[in-house]
Amino acid sequence: MAQGPLIDPNLTYATVTDKISSITLTRKTSLYWLLGVFISFALVMLLMLCVTVLLIKGVGIWGLNIPVGWGFDITNFVWWIGIGHAGTLISAVLLLLHQKWRTSINRFAEAMTLFAVACAGMFPLIHVGRPWLAYWLFPYPNTMGLWPQFRSPLLWDVFAVSTYATVSLLFWYVGLIPDLATLRDRAEGKFAQVAYGVLAMGWRGSARHWHRYETAYTLLAGLAAPLVVSVHTIVSWDFAVSVIPGWHTTIFPPYFVAGAVYSGFAMVLTLAIPLRQLYGLKDYITDRHLDNMAKVMLATGLIVAYGYLVEGFMIWYNGNVYEMSMLLDRMTGAYAPAYWLLITCNVVIPQLLWRPSVRANPWMLFVISIVINIGMWLERFIIIVTSLHHDFLPSSWGMFYPTRWDIGTYVGTIGLFLSLLFLFIRFLPVISIFETRELLSEEKEEGA
Amino acid sequence: MNESQTPYGLMAEFDEPEILVKCARLAYEKGYRKMDGFTPFPIEGLDEALGEHKNWLPLLVLLGGIGGALGGFAMQYFANVIQYPLIIGGKPYNSWPAFIPITFEMTILAAAGVAVLGMLALNGLPTPYHPVFSVPRFELASRQGFFLCIESRDPQFDLKKTRQFLESLKPVGVYEVDPW
Repeated sequence: MAQGPLIDPNLTYATVTDKISSITLTRKTSLYWLLGVFISFALVMLLMLCVTVLLIKGVGIWGLNIPVGWGFDITNFVWWIGIGHAGTLISAVLLLLHQKWRTSINRFAEAMTLFAVACAGMFPLIHVGRPWLAYWLFPYPNTMGLWPQFRSPLLWDVFAVSTYATVSLLFWYVGLIPDLATLRDRAEGKFAQVAYGVLAMGWRGSARHWHRYETAYTLLAGLAAPLVVSVHTIVSWDFAVSVIPGWHTTIFPPYFVAGAVYSGFAMVLTLAIPLRQLYGLKDYITDRHLDNMAKVMLATGLIVAYGYLVEGFMIWYNGNVYEMSMLLDRMTGAYAPAYWLLITCNVVIPQLLWRPSVRANPWMLFVISIVINIGMWLERFIIIVTSLHHDFLPSSWGMFYPTRWDIGTYVGTIGLFLSLLFLFIRFLPVISIFETRELLSEEKEEGA
Repeated sequence: MNESQTPYGLMAEFDEPEILVKCARLAYEKGYRKMDGFTPFPIEGLDEALGEHKNWLPLLVLLGGIGGALGGFAMQYFANVIQYPLIIGGKPYNSWPAFIPITFEMTILAAAGVAVLGMLALNGLPTPYHPVFSVPRFELASRQGFFLCIESRDPQFDLKKTRQFLESLKPVGVYEVDPW
């Protein structure tokens, strides 16, 4: 291959191990980390405040009302869960496709998935009105003799998201076990030894164990790959199964899945570029990784753009007046600035990625990835709010304005996401150590 | 012989994965069966070299997936057809296409759960302590060392001869592993 190597061939098994584990074990806690934790933890406090006020007063503190019954909450839910998808895609689909470049980014992409799903899961929960009764969503024998209504996409969503969260957690933890054993063996302090030792469950690298481990890992990847497609498909059915103009369309599942991968890769880049800079991990997360991720973003971005195009075309072609009215309102109505900003962020600006020089420039990629994150958030906002605020009858049209609690809750979950990531970077290996050793061994064999 | 004085086995350390695979094969040819390799990353062919062939995990995962699918569908059928029948949108009680998404999710959930728990159970994890940890150099098995351990419960095992054999493989070192 003409591009740079995936890993510096001068590294050895020992130096790779020492370098990655030193971030967790020996390196002094950096000032950047403390500052980052301080800011993101302050935002978690904001989230706690917003949720507490919500629990006391109810969802009326948000800007929701009829006709716009879903606003920031569901927008944020879809946005977060979409971000999670890149982690599973990188760890599962790229594993099955033998894409070796996944090795140094899969661990933190999986962690990102987990934390994004945690943020996502919160929104439907606090949106249900009486969150303390959210367990009613699950089927369990109860004295009321009631059972959930399994024909509703909203209930499918409950199962899809909880399965996704569970499988992502299992996948991440299984991937961590050998590295936890490494940390156990390398930790100096008693507490760290015991903590990592308990989590590693006595892993000793036995050949027989590795054999079953690899089988389990590959099977999990094979299970996670269709799962990730199903999750965003089911999320899109929350909309597509209804009759609202702008929601009732069969293009939703594929274009939601593509959008999810698009926003997820954008988030991975947003996180990877500062991470490799601050922790000196450029030997591991190389320019070639960034280039590959940018290409995936470009490809999925084009699918998303195609989705917008076909959505508009189908509305024009089927001649439904309500759909047409909704589309014109989206492009020229009250929320038109948000719509055109979304097109700029998701369709226009990412075309810069065609240029190899842009893909080779980490800071350009960083800015573009943030632009795409914003664009994908706006996409969900536009889909949800413009469809609801302008349905069949002019008498039921209305506006949605977010309140400070809407914004506070959203910003708060960003804080939660970043706090969890900061803790993860500090206490667990951000790059899979054993897979990096394996990659090194394979590269050496190829070189020899 | 007193059980507590027999070592768990003898362990040889190597510094390259290919050498370990070669030596494991030699040991197998010599007739040793109760042995294991310890490596910092999975090595292709090592388990075959050690004489390990069957792996039940895929079958278990398949059964788990089938169980999840049947259980998932049965749960919905029981709830919405038998226990609490509801007509939604004029569809029949057993409107099975609407039950497919959750059936699919339950299939994945059960299969993934079996994959992880089955892997741990078949590997006998968690095992917080194991005799191999008594070798001081063994902590390198999670860094850059490749180890071969021949256990004393192997009928061919003889402290002297096995040590001679392991030393003939030109390892970094040969260590005695404390008993349990």
